[in-house]
Order: sequence, then structure tokens, then C-alpha cells
Amino acid sequence: MAEKTYIEAIREGIREEMQRDGRVMILGEDVGAKGGVFGVTEGLQQEFGEDRVLDSPLAESLIVGVAIGAAMNGLRPIAEIQFQDFIMPAMDQIVSEAAKMRYRSNGDWGVPMVLRSPFGGGVHGALYHSQSIEAIFAHIPGLRVVVPSTPYDAKGMIVAALRDPDPVLYFEHKRCYRAIKGDVPEGDYTVPLDRARVAREGSDIAVFSYGMMVHTSLEAAERLAADGFSCEVTDLRSLRPIDRAAIVASARKCGKVLVVQEANLAVSVAAEVAAIIAEECFDYLDAPVMRIGGPEIPAMPYSPPLEDFYLVTPNKVEAKLRELAAY
Amino acid sequence: MAMTKTETKGRAGLDAETLRLMYRHMLRSRLTDERLWVLNRQGRAPFWISAEGHEAVQVAFGMNLRPAHDWVAPYYRDLALTLVLGMTPKDHILSGLQRADDPNSGGRQMPAHYGCRRLNIISTGSSVGTQLIHATGIALASQMRGEDAVTFTSIGEGGTSEGDFHEALNFAATKKLAVIFLVENNGFAISVPWQKQMATQDVADRAKGYGMPGVVVDGSDAIACYAVAREAVKRARRGDGPTLVEAKVLRLTSHSSDDDQRRYRNRDELEADKERDSLLRFKATLEELGVLHPGDAEEMRAELVLELDRATDEAEAAPMPSPDSAMLHVYAEEGDWRG
Repeated sequence: MAEKTYIEAIREGIREEMQRDGRVMILGEDVGAKGGVFGVTEGLQQEFGEDRVLDSPLAESLIVGVAIGAAMNGLRPIAEIQFQDFIMPAMDQIVSEAAKMRYRSNGDWGVPMVLRSPFGGGVHGALYHSQSIEAIFAHIPGLRVVVPSTPYDAKGMIVAALRDPDPVLYFEHKRCYRAIKGDVPEGDYTVPLDRARVAREGSDIAVFSYGMMVHTSLEAAERLAADGFSCEVTDLRSLRPIDRAAIVASARKCGKVLVVQEANLAVSVAAEVAAIIAEECFDYLDAPVMRIGGPEIPAMPYSPPLEDFYLVTPNKVEAKLRELAAY
Repeated sequence: MAMTKTETKGRAGLDAETLRLMYRHMLRSRLTDERLWVLNRQGRAPFWISAEGHEAVQVAFGMNLRPAHDWVAPYYRDLALTLVLGMTPKDHILSGLQRADDPNSGGRQMPAHYGCRRLNIISTGSSVGTQLIHATGIALASQMRGEDAVTFTSIGEGGTSEGDFHEALNFAATKKLAVIFLVENNGFAISVPWQKQMATQDVADRAKGYGMPGVVVDGSDAIACYAVAREAVKRARRGDGPTLVEAKVLRLTSHSSDDDQRRYRNRDELEADKERDSLLRFKATLEELGVLHPGDAEEMRAELVLELDRATDEAEAAPMPSPDSAMLHVYAEEGDWRG
């Protein structure tokens, strides 16, 4: 088993599935000769040709709508939206069409497509290259929304997404691409699209997170361990459907809960996790459920002091964990 | 790439049998439409949205497509098209009456949101314009596999203001896809006349800007429509790329059963439209050509009304969906289509 970066793991999953399944194709802006602005699709057009790795016009509604049509006519398309921030023109195609096709046709039609898009900040991306707007999609029945945080999951989940009969939104935190490395098995394996993963076992505080924030949470948990506090960190992996059983089990076990995300908190994934715990773990709690996330401002600003103000860091998570530990 | 205004003198080489069939298709759609209006006004079908006045061009395309081989991404006025392709009046009455057996959606969608798996008619929602892009994706898949399937998609002139119209036409021309874009221009986006929607007389003018042919046809002239449809389908089938066809049609009814067009349209104009009805015109033409004989049309009508009576009875006897079935098909169920 070789150690690979997160971005290499995504690419390997796509490449191997394209070798196995001639129906898989990619379309998006700059995915061809350039290999995508981050390099996820690097080398794929050379290997699979211009039909299967298709440089699309600069038109997000088109990218998603073409993927929908192609999926209904037998292909397994991957639609790449260059940054999650630019997904808005495709909202109608995602929410009104992809999410509802199976339901509105009473099961006669479906949209087996994958939409990939990078999200998240801390890369000097300013307002329009840093957003974390996954909650908008996690609200929509008919979609699957997944966010792998490790190279192992990144490969296993992209393969699983390509074999799923329904639309899967696969969001990649752009700081994971090269910063996160891990063991990735050779060859074919899948990771379920609807199961959370315990990233670190513990017993005092249950921490729930996803994407890059899993690594931020793990770092903070390690610091608390030095002082004898044991944190259990759960990587949600799937935001819709959300793994209710895993959330309830860890919250009941620990009795104290912190939810960590990069997105702002109002009406967010953290809000849903807190609501599930309120409904199902009331008698088990030793402290109020706490949440940490971005501030309620429109997006992440550019200048370093402003960007730092926005970001959820190991220091901020550590402070919150200590507050909970002392409660 | 020049835009052409098509006029057809005579019968475009069509034999008597084809012409009679065209008329029968148009009449069958009109009678189905009228039946759904009646069910609506009786309070049995809460909603209806009509194809009356659009039938000729839909029948022309329907007869030139290969059902279940070609692909169709329709819009809500395409009743006649779906009937030509093989759906039945009963299918649409089941939908009007919100029954579980409605093949379009199992009673989940409003009527006229067409879809039929076995005929490659993709399910349509209510967002205007999205289907044009789906058509290009479908055609892209056909092209990648080297198939000769043609993808037909349609929209009203109102929908051509949507961004998806631009994105779809640009992509179809760039990739030389086998797509036919039909704009059924009835002059009104619900209540807003075309002059307030666009600065050009013809939507088809825009074709030049995308690099595809644009054709304007009198959508109430069934024979002219047939000639245009035949050419557009041939062109797509032989791999020469997309065509934008604009049919100038009449909207003989209000936008929907919840609208009253007398509030925003001139009454004289509405009366005049009735005189220009494609069914009347086509019947007169066929009688002139000696294709229809006195009594033929009435005989056809009687036979079709019988079909509709039976369809209505059967649809009314069909069960409603069970309440808990609302939870099904959010994600793929056992037996669902999985790609």
C-alpha cells in the first residue's frame, strides 16, 4: 500500500474506474489539457481522449445539465464545477432536475452522475474561491452529499459515487489536496456513501466534523490528550444522508459534544447534528452542545488578518474543547 | 447558415394515407385536450395546460421521429407530440385525475409534465428551459457511442429568454450534436406578448449567432411543418448537427386552466385566431386535395370520442396513490431504473 496525497487518491479512483467502465466521462472547465485548475484530472485527457475528458464551455448550468442528460442516456458522467463558489448558476439543474428526476418520474428515470467541486478557504482565495456552502445541498432530498477527508476515503468514495444510481455531490476541501497524505490501497475498493467514521476513539468529548476540519479537530484533540482529556473525533463523511446512528452513539458515550465546521453556523450541518443530539441524547448530556464555525459574514475576506479571523484553527478548537472539558 | 422562411405549396410529396394520419393525430390530440378541459371544469381534474393551436407542428415532428429510438425532451404543451410517439389519451387522463397508474409521474406531477421511459421521453419538471440542456447531454451520449439517434427538444418563445436556451444552443452547435430545438412561438409568455420579450421578430434569427441553421415555419400549416421537420430530422440523423426551428403557432386557449386570457388579450384577435385554427385549415386543404371526403372527419371524430369515453371511464376507475407511497423513489428503490 502506497502513501498518496488526497488529490492523487481522487485521481487514481477516477482513472481506475474510467479504465474499468467505458461509460464514465468527465466534463468541466479546463479539465482537459490543463488537468483542472488544481490538477485533479491531470493526465486523464491524454489517457482517455477528448470525448471522455471534455473541456466544456464556461457555463455551469450547462455542465450539470449535460451530465444529467448524458446520465439518463447511459453514461456515468462526472461534472466538475471549478470552485463550489461558482455552482450557483447550476442550482436549478441540481435542485430542480437532478435531485427530483427519480421522484417525479416515480422511479422510471434517475440521474447517476457525480458532481465534484472543491470548497473551503485558507488559501488566500477571498470571497469567491473559499466558500463552504455544502449545507445548501445537504438540505435537498434526492441528492447525496459527501465530503471525504482522507486519501483512503477520497478514492473509495469517488468509486462508490460513480457506481451509485443517484446524483452524488462530492466536495473536496482544497487544503486537503496536497497537505493530507495517507495510505491508499492499489486497485478496486469502495467506501460506503452514508456512513460516518470514527477518526479517533475517546470517551470525554464527542467531536463531529468533516473535510479539512477533521484534521483540525484531530490536532486539537491531540493537545487535550496531553492533559488527560480524551476526545472522540467522528468524521461525518456524508452530509446527506447523515449517519444519525453514529452521531447518537458517540454523543451518548461521551456526554459532551463539540461540532466543528468551516462554514458559518446558522442553518448548517452543525445545526443538524446539534438537533439530532437534542432529539435523541437529551438524557445523556453533561453539557450544552457546543459548535464552532465561521462567522456570520457573507464569505471569507482576502487580507490575511481578515482571513485568519474567519478560519477555524486548531487553537480555536482547542479553546472550545477546554471550555467543554471544564464544564 | 442563412435563415429561411419555409412555405410549402401543394402536399410536400406526402401520400393520402400520411396526410390522413396527420389529420387524425391532430384531431386526437385536440379531442383529448378538450376532454381534459371538460374534466377540469367539472372539478374532476384540478389543472390542465393545453396544446390547442400547437398540434400541427408537434404532429409533424412526431411523425418524423423514430419512437423509442430517438429521444425527446418536451415541454408542457407537447400533448400532440406524446400521442404521436405512442402515449395514449388514457395516460394523460390518468395524470389529469392524479391516479397512481399515471405513467408520466404516478400522480406526483401536474398534468402535462410529460415523461415515458419506454418511448425515451424524458421526465419534465416545471423549470422552463432546463430540458434544452438535457437534450444536448442525451445527444452527446448518442454521439459518443456512434449512434444515429436524434434528440428532439421544445420550448415556448417565452422560455427562449432563459440562460439555458443560450447555453444549450451554443453547446449543441459547438459539438455538432444531433439535436432539434423547436420553439413553439405562440406570441405569449403567459400574459406578456412577444414584443415585450425580445427585440427581434423571429427567435430563429439567433441561430446564426450560434452557427446553426434557423428556420421559421407557419406552425398552423401542417404540410409546411412536415417538410421542415423531415429536413431537420434528416440533417441531424446524417450527422450534420442541430437545427433551430421556430413555428409560429396560435394559443387558442388561456395559458392554463387557472388563467383567463380575456384579461390581457384583445377579443377580436381571439375570435380571429379561431378562424385560423390549424385543424380547420388542414381539413379544408385535405378536402381540396381530395384526401378527405365528406363525412370522413366526422367518422374519425366519432371513433376517437369512443376511445376517449373508454379512457375516461378506465382512468376514473383507477386507484389513487397510497399516502405512504409518497416516501418512495427519493433514491433508487429495488426495480427502479439505475442507469
